[in-house]
Amino acid sequence: MPSPSTIELKIKRQDRPGAPSRWEEFSLPYRSDMNVITCLMDVQRNPVTKQGSKTTPVVWDCSCLEEVCGACTMLVNGKVRQSCTALVDQLAQPIRLEPMTKFPVIRDLSVDRQKMFDSLIHIKAWIPIDGTYPLGPGPKLSAAEQQIAYPYSQCMTCGCCMEACPQFNQRSDFIGPAPLGQVKLFNTHPTGRMNAEERIHSVMGAGGISECGNAQNCVEVCPKNVPLTDAIAEVGRQATVQMFKDLFG
Amino acid sequence: MAGPRFIVVGGGLAGLMATIKIAEAGHSVDLFSVVPVRRSHSVCAQGGINGAVNIKGENDSPEIHFVDTVRGGDFLADQPLAKAMCYAAPNLIYLMDRMGVPFNRTPEGNLDFRRFGGTLYNRTAFAGATTGQQLLYALDEQVRRYEAEGKVKKYEHWEYLGMVRDDSGACRGIVAVDMRSMAVKAFPADASMLATGGPGLLFGRSTNSMINTGSAATSAYLEGVKYANGEMIQIHPTAIPGEDKLRLMSESARGEGGRVWVPRKKNDSRPAKQIPEAERWYFLEEKYPRYGNLVPRDVATREIFEICVNQGLGLDGKMMVYLDVSHIDRATLDRKLGGILEIYEKFTGVDPHDEPMKIFPAVHYSMGGLWIDYEATADGFINEESPRNHQTNVPGMYASGEVDYQYHGANRLGANSLLSCLYGGLIGGKAMVSYAAARAKSAATAAEGALQAGEKRWEKRFAELAAMNGEENPYRLHKELGEMMNEHVTIVRHNDAMQKVYEKLGEMTQRFSRLGNLDGVGWANQSLLFANQLWNMIELGKVVTLGAIRRDESRGAHYKPAFPKRDDENWLKTTVATYSPGGPVLTYEGVDTSLVAPVARKYD
Repeated sequence: MPSPSTIELKIKRQDRPGAPSRWEEFSLPYRSDMNVITCLMDVQRNPVTKQGSKTTPVVWDCSCLEEVCGACTMLVNGKVRQSCTALVDQLAQPIRLEPMTKFPVIRDLSVDRQKMFDSLIHIKAWIPIDGTYPLGPGPKLSAAEQQIAYPYSQCMTCGCCMEACPQFNQRSDFIGPAPLGQVKLFNTHPTGRMNAEERIHSVMGAGGISECGNAQNCVEVCPKNVPLTDAIAEVGRQATVQMFKDLFG
Repeated sequence: MAGPRFIVVGGGLAGLMATIKIAEAGHSVDLFSVVPVRRSHSVCAQGGINGAVNIKGENDSPEIHFVDTVRGGDFLADQPLAKAMCYAAPNLIYLMDRMGVPFNRTPEGNLDFRRFGGTLYNRTAFAGATTGQQLLYALDEQVRRYEAEGKVKKYEHWEYLGMVRDDSGACRGIVAVDMRSMAVKAFPADASMLATGGPGLLFGRSTNSMINTGSAATSAYLEGVKYANGEMIQIHPTAIPGEDKLRLMSESARGEGGRVWVPRKKNDSRPAKQIPEAERWYFLEEKYPRYGNLVPRDVATREIFEICVNQGLGLDGKMMVYLDVSHIDRATLDRKLGGILEIYEKFTGVDPHDEPMKIFPAVHYSMGGLWIDYEATADGFINEESPRNHQTNVPGMYASGEVDYQYHGANRLGANSLLSCLYGGLIGGKAMVSYAAARAKSAATAAEGALQAGEKRWEKRFAELAAMNGEENPYRLHKELGEMMNEHVTIVRHNDAMQKVYEKLGEMTQRFSRLGNLDGVGWANQSLLFANQLWNMIELGKVVTLGAIRRDESRGAHYKPAFPKRDDENWLKTTVATYSPGGPVLTYEGVDTSLVAPVARKYD
């Protein structure tokens, strides 16, 4: 297939929270090996729409550009993903870029994901160490246990799973899939396990694990293949056991 | 009475470790970051963290680690800090282990270690090929715990602009801008720290994240903090080419047995797999039989340049070679290198399990940075209770992590950066507590005037930037800057070419005055913030380039064909740049080599 001579972009713009949104079109010269980020950088260097009118550079979040920081999530052709790994040659044109819909828009493609970080406080996503002074090595761990924990520890708080989850939205207070993966991670660790009950209690009741509708979209869209549905099943079991413990002591 | 106040700017490993040490001492910390700290650039470190735990019965020791480190740095590092860091390393790795970092394990359940460049020992602890991410998350989680207790207040999406200094010249706080509301505000502190990382964006495309503008450090330099060894820029031998950035391919690929080669025949057009063993040139293994593919980065990068540019053997006629892990079994690769091989495949569409990767050198790390002090003990270690450690020449302003110039001399060894960030953050945080304890007055009352003046100064600066209506586009100007720096101030350096770069940098300062503000929306104005960063990048370019022009020798990452040898007699010294309106003023100071005498650096 011959390469196209231009890249056609449609970008949903919004100047500030609460402001009306609008679509803008851009036509950029094609080069090989481009991704969505290089397109947005081209617009920065020449912020002119396809129709020839001057506009502002597009505002978006990005940092590492190698899919490990989690910053550059957006909807690319309607699908939530990291824009750094969205390669132009693999995308149908015009390429449509939109901000995620489950988080408040800051500006253009940039959204506020603070809720995800707040959830990490809510579930106590940390190992309660005694202090940073030398206390020798941590608990021994089998290679197999390490291999179970590691995938959950690659969750980069990007928000893809939250966007794809039908239960996570502005009308519900469901905590969403990503924090549940972290409950599993910390409840698996030999030291983290000491606070397992507290962590499980934090996802029982309103907004908790019981609100998962088992749509399994989360695991489909996770760019890091975090086994979120496994985590949800496991945390669900822990919650059930905990409920009986709470009832019958 | 309110206790002392602390500010940490930057939420990578160094900044978070400092924050934890200060909070652990019972104090409150204001933590500033341009991104949620969990997205800081430490997240990109892949291969591992060094510490001579000696798990493999090799008789490794912190002392050997120390000697490897200073030799790797071509003897430009002050030795007491490097020594103290290497001796602290095993405990730091244990600490991270206790925080829950999922380090790879041996069959017995101990921490596993692998080999890295510049050493003959298995000294590198690792968590798959995302070690930086795992360490960063562990610290982020500990800081979140303090945040929940009210000890840490985060200012995420705030950017550092400048210092607040009192009449005595001491730093009494900072000025920062809210990257969303664009409000400029001064914050008081008895002790402040910059832990803002490296300046990769100065070179346009590099392995660094887009947040690594070096802007905060340069602003500090422009306001009187000294900048040391700016010319020492590490070029990583193995990166994946890209239009937007150059993605790192970790040294751990070679640590796990990856081999670098080119076809012996020029312009060999056969697919890599069809080139028989005898027609492949494993040039690093041949030239360096002892260290092989694991020579230090500066050595590997220069060899790739030699093979590709001087001998014309680069793949597709470019400065590109094969990095081959396809002979290693799939399960091992997935367990130890999974993350990075997946990234290679995502961006190139080629599966490195089956095909050799095509890689090339890219700007990676700045050994140079803000000048910092330290207090050595009589036996060559560091007095960790001293307020001098990691303090810049401005009292009350500290620097830790890649932003400081210590530990690595003229070339950093792989897997020593995570270590220096942790150690620097640890002793820097402690030093800030010691410094503040020794001060009587609280900053909030004594520096009120200076805080207000700082806020006014930066409000005015941003109003000026916003009013600019010239024809220069800051992003285009930055692209030019990066391409120029990349071409002339990286692997091989010539004085005449760099002199021209230095003149061009002066012209860019002029062109900056003809910038246009691209964005009239007074909210989340990224291009206005970028304009401010660009000004700083141009100024830092002058420091790097002038330092390189003056240093007429070859040492570590700094290589001049006209002066191909290390010259200890004239140049065993640290470059120290002080800002002046006419350009950086360079002075030189001695290097503490009291523990290991400089010897010729050989890896063959």
